[in-house]
Amino acid sequence: MTYHHRTSGLIIHNVSRRDMLKGIASVGGLVLAAQIPGLRPALAYPTGADQMPNGVRSDPHLFLSIAKDGTVTIVAARAEMGTGAARTTLPMIIADELEADFDRVRIVQGEGDEKKYGNQDTDGSRSVRHWIQPLRECGASARRMLEQAAAKRWNVDVGEVQAVHHELVHRPTGRKLGYGDVAEDAAALPTPAVDQIHLKEPSAFRYIGKGNVAVVDLFDITTGRAVYGQDVMRPGMKFAVIARSPVLGGTIVSYDASAATKVPGVEKIVKINPTPAPAKFAPLAGVAVIANNTYAAMKGRDALKIVWDDGPNKSYDSVAYKAHLEEANKSPGKVERNEGDTDKGLASAAKVITREYYVPHLAHATMEPPAATAQFTNGKLEVWSSLQSPGGAREDIAKHLGMDVADVTVHNTLLGGGFGRKSKCDYAIEAALLAKEVGPSPVKVVWTREDDIQNGFYHTVTADRFEAGLDANNKVVAWRQRSSAPSILSTFAPDPKHPFFIELGLGLVDAPFNVPNLRVESGEAEAHTRIGWFRSVNNIAHAFSTQSFVAEIAHELGRDPKDFLLELIGPARIVDLSKQVTTPYWNNGEPTTSYPIDTGRLRHVVEVAAERAGWGRQMPKGRALGLAAHRSFVTYVATVVEVAVDDKGHYSIPRIDVAIDCGYAVNPERIRSQIEGASVMGLTLAQYGEITYKNGRVEQSNFNDFQLARINESPTETRVHIIENGIDVPSSGVGEPGVPPFAPALCNAIFAATGKRIRRLPIGDQLSI
Amino acid sequence: MVNVQVNGQERTFGGDPSMPLLWFLRDELGLTGTKFGCGVALCGACTVHVNGEAVRACGIQMSDVAGKKVVTIEGLDPNGSHPVQVAWRNLGVPQCGYCQCGQIMNAAALLAKTPAPTDAEIDSAMAGNLCRCGCYQRIHAAVRAASKGA
Repeated sequence: MTYHHRTSGLIIHNVSRRDMLKGIASVGGLVLAAQIPGLRPALAYPTGADQMPNGVRSDPHLFLSIAKDGTVTIVAARAEMGTGAARTTLPMIIADELEADFDRVRIVQGEGDEKKYGNQDTDGSRSVRHWIQPLRECGASARRMLEQAAAKRWNVDVGEVQAVHHELVHRPTGRKLGYGDVAEDAAALPTPAVDQIHLKEPSAFRYIGKGNVAVVDLFDITTGRAVYGQDVMRPGMKFAVIARSPVLGGTIVSYDASAATKVPGVEKIVKINPTPAPAKFAPLAGVAVIANNTYAAMKGRDALKIVWDDGPNKSYDSVAYKAHLEEANKSPGKVERNEGDTDKGLASAAKVITREYYVPHLAHATMEPPAATAQFTNGKLEVWSSLQSPGGAREDIAKHLGMDVADVTVHNTLLGGGFGRKSKCDYAIEAALLAKEVGPSPVKVVWTREDDIQNGFYHTVTADRFEAGLDANNKVVAWRQRSSAPSILSTFAPDPKHPFFIELGLGLVDAPFNVPNLRVESGEAEAHTRIGWFRSVNNIAHAFSTQSFVAEIAHELGRDPKDFLLELIGPARIVDLSKQVTTPYWNNGEPTTSYPIDTGRLRHVVEVAAERAGWGRQMPKGRALGLAAHRSFVTYVATVVEVAVDDKGHYSIPRIDVAIDCGYAVNPERIRSQIEGASVMGLTLAQYGEITYKNGRVEQSNFNDFQLARINESPTETRVHIIENGIDVPSSGVGEPGVPPFAPALCNAIFAATGKRIRRLPIGDQLSI
Repeated sequence: MVNVQVNGQERTFGGDPSMPLLWFLRDELGLTGTKFGCGVALCGACTVHVNGEAVRACGIQMSDVAGKKVVTIEGLDPNGSHPVQVAWRNLGVPQCGYCQCGQIMNAAALLAKTPAPTDAEIDSAMAGNLCRCGCYQRIHAAVRAASKGA
């Protein structure tokens, strides 16, 4: 294989990746990086972090303070929604490089302020992969400052002082000082130049890579002390619920609040004006009922009489729209990727296999429905909410209210789940608007579950159609995928009606298959509801369709699905899409130098998952294994699902084996929990997940008709196999990549057990006999 | 007027007797460990104990808890060290954590009645508590760890 490593300038030919990594590890990633003039030691490899709005920060003065008693306070600036990244893993990275005892570390949540803290948009599985390097630098800088302060106190050379587990040791004499003893002196020092700091050798890590740090909020979570957006309480607070337009783009013709105002506890009714499309995160048209408790506000809302003009999306119907998307896929679309001559390849093929797949809209259904509290006093606004992008929310709120950003303060709470929903701060804007009406009293906007299911930002709906041409030797010689799905961009800009570069890079144009004639086209698809990111986004649909189709071809050919998948992926190599795609390949915002499409790594996770699952083992009747693999968020995941189907078509999942290669594994314990959870979210979307529309309105309303997988139907055991890598292998996404392979692996297992092929999600009652 | 004992303290409520216990606990008493998840007793996030039984606080009205003893997550153990809470921490169960108070209250009620449940009994008893993060594997293991004969 050929591997280009930009930081080293090395081009290594015909060396296996494993050997190459060993080579780098033996000289140390830092040593190698330090040989490049001008390259900061901590930035041993480039990432897309600097391309994010406001980039990253590494200055310890921003993130760290040490009290006289030695307590280290670390600011968590990103949002904690359950991955553990923001409040546990990232602070753990700082603490390790600081040589701090994590038991003496306290975490405080930073307010929304990207100019200060750098990018805070906790989305796209980016926290660890963008922040491990700058936060190592941050901790190492602070360690150096403590050493400098101690050296000055002792009047010795700083080279004789070493920070060891919350103490400063003068090595020649054995004298010691606590971190708290010199904290004040250290804080007054300038941040050291990067050539003055020394990152720890990975062998000296206490926490990084170990998985030995408990989640910071564990005690508070298990005792009810943890505060989420729904839990914010402020003195004199009012409570609001809002009746929102049931159809995107709807407006209020008139409303009658006379009955609502008679409900005891109801204090005020406020109309919320809509913003014309594209409205980004601006609130929907609505009528807010403000009361002295949530229940009164809900009863008041029930008593409202509103006449809506449903607007341009009033005929949106998901049954008709599915047919529309499938029809679009029958004609040539916009070419998104092209290699060879697919038309000719298909025309001259000995056999063509054609299949269609469908994945519907989904709702995030975070266990904590959205909520925000706001208070407007003396021209200044304070907001308390659970937000994935607190800095972005601050700017959006200020813009919507015509305020100076400096006059808006956003306090972020814990998030009771995010999954992309809480990247959209519409609920915080709503609270801000109402705070202006009832100020100086604070007001909390509570979304009910029905609001959450019916007024969200939905996972797009996707129809994929494939044609595979086989030659006389049953080799795949031509491959055409046509995909139609309304675009997320419609939420932000005039509807492009085709996927934009980010969506193209979420599993559509990057299938790393070794086929000489390969084309990907997109059909026209107009958005009729708010489309938003949902954990792993378009990868859900494209991994489902692609990995199902691969297994279908294997079946047609009488081949083992794993062997056939590996054959289609082809030999270990770096796939360069630059000459095939019509829009520059996004690669999840990462440079392909650090994060290439490496089929060797994809093959490896397939082999590991299959081996650990006992692929090929004898199974009793009704039991089978199914496999799927997918690269997303620059991480490689292969999932093997074992399914047991009874004679009525009911199935259970005794076991799952997942192999994940996410580069250097910073917090293996939380990687495991993310993959365990991704299996359950995968099961929910595979079995139940569907938001449908009739007359422009969402038909589902609560957990009765938008069901989530429950404990008694969830996988009994998810076994997570983390591929071991050195720290020189760039860390990659963890929160999302476990989701996409699950549904196709499950459906491939169901097919192997029953012969029933699922091409439309959710599975629902398709298996009932 | 409704008199109710909450975590050992006598409380009086003079508002709408149809108000679900959930909103009295959260909005009036500030006991926000009892979470709002669905409002229709489908998710279990608001599970509390009423006279020792696991009950969804969103599905029971104030008039129905008159004279009863309510225990919320805040009152489960004075030190937060009920065996179920300890097991939850030992196994690192939570992800986002939002549903976990309800899960813990439900598990505590199960084990009070059935100290050594079978796997099927655990799954059946916990099936009313949703977790969108998907922590079920560890929830099951933590209930098992807190049970007799674990």
